[in-house]
Amino acid sequence: MLYQQIERNKRKTFLVMLVFFVIFALVGAGLGQLMWDKPLPGVLTAGVIALVYSFIIFQDPISVVMSMNHAQELREEDNPQLFHVVEDMAMVGQIPMPKVYLIPDQSPNAFATGLSPDKSAVAVTQGLLDMMNREELEGVLGHEISHIRNYDIRLSMVALVLVSAISFIADFAQNWMWFGFGGRRRDDDDEDGGSLGMIIGVIGVIFTLILGPLAASLAQMALSRNREYLADAGSVELTRNPQGLISALRKIENSQPMQAANSASASLYIEDPVRRPSLSHLFDTHPPTEERIKRLEQM
Amino acid sequence: MVAGIIIAVLLVLIVVYYISAYNGLQKAKVNTEESWSQISVQLKRRNDLIPNLVETVKGYAKHEKETLAQVVELRNQLTQVPAGNREETMKISNQITDSLKTIFALSENYPDLKANTNFANLQEELTNTENKIAYSRQLFNSSAAVYNKMLVVFPSNIVANIHHFTKVDYLDIPEEETKAPKVSF
Repeated sequence: MLYQQIERNKRKTFLVMLVFFVIFALVGAGLGQLMWDKPLPGVLTAGVIALVYSFIIFQDPISVVMSMNHAQELREEDNPQLFHVVEDMAMVGQIPMPKVYLIPDQSPNAFATGLSPDKSAVAVTQGLLDMMNREELEGVLGHEISHIRNYDIRLSMVALVLVSAISFIADFAQNWMWFGFGGRRRDDDDEDGGSLGMIIGVIGVIFTLILGPLAASLAQMALSRNREYLADAGSVELTRNPQGLISALRKIENSQPMQAANSASASLYIEDPVRRPSLSHLFDTHPPTEERIKRLEQM
Repeated sequence: MVAGIIIAVLLVLIVVYYISAYNGLQKAKVNTEESWSQISVQLKRRNDLIPNLVETVKGYAKHEKETLAQVVELRNQLTQVPAGNREETMKISNQITDSLKTIFALSENYPDLKANTNFANLQEELTNTENKIAYSRQLFNSSAAVYNKMLVVFPSNIVANIHHFTKVDYLDIPEEETKAPKVSF
């Protein structure tokens, strides 16, 4: 089951990147059409920007995600107990020791990130350390280590980085369009580009406008909620003790939501840090806690 | 001619399988030995920590001499066990775990001892090694299970028989630990 999940995650990661580059090229085409009446220079510019952006981010993606979530790296002396628990879980999970980060927030929560088990990191909030005993910490970190083993971290990292880029461009493009419409539009002589370029351009323009919601649903598609159940099961496989995770989930559920949660990275956390109104269950990033506890109790 | 080629191909396939089965068995065996050495490292670490603990506790809890003497005695016993005797090693190790539990439970009666930072550090270190022993034992048993399965499953069992691979015994997990959480003193 672990291997299937790893394969599925690697496939999906590739797919997400592919879709991202297609979207990016279309946006480039749209902007090119608007700015220069030709899609091609837009596509090229977008391509170069995408490459440079990916290159910069993937140099050290962990630091990027950690600073998005205001997390600081911990050393062993800072919190030996936390370090020892992470060590234990990494040992039974048979992965190298991840880096450990602390988020100064009073709400209990945690997440894991990285591109592969060889280079990964876990982050916990101050609230988690204050509220959980050792057994509960093991449950939570077992869950995070399972995400690392499953390559869930790679998929969610890539989705997060790309979705942030797309929503940045979508904002930019929308602002620019409201400003720049009309002024730029001269009567074109239909010289090059032709009708095909025109069609691609129009698709691109429409795309740019609906981009934000599109990116969000793309991320939703990629990050199935099933992986939380799988990581819960993985945690029990490591700790052989469902009780720790059950009581940790209860405590997290009954606590305040996080103050400075970065909503783009909400899906990384063990429990949704934002707490949306219950109407929009369709867009939940996490399965309901009750259901997770029920499944843990059956183990 | 065709028959000759088929036979040659079959022979090559058998040889390739034989080699990979043999290597697989060796690897699985090495895995169990590696996980055993992880346990040994933790046992040694705990043995190094125990004298410090005894020194620290002695000053505060004068009435607990017996308990302290017992854990030192067990510790010395553990160093006497011959290297290959896993069963005996784990038996004594489990007794040490129990007497450490007793010491930490007793420490509740001595507020000064509990307030000592040195003691608090030792408590965390010992809890850590106890948990690591438990988890590496879990790891040992699962790698032993992988290896033992290869010994009985056809056709790798044939290769195992030819090269006299023998079964690895599982390490017993103490009764109360099978359902209760790992140690937290």
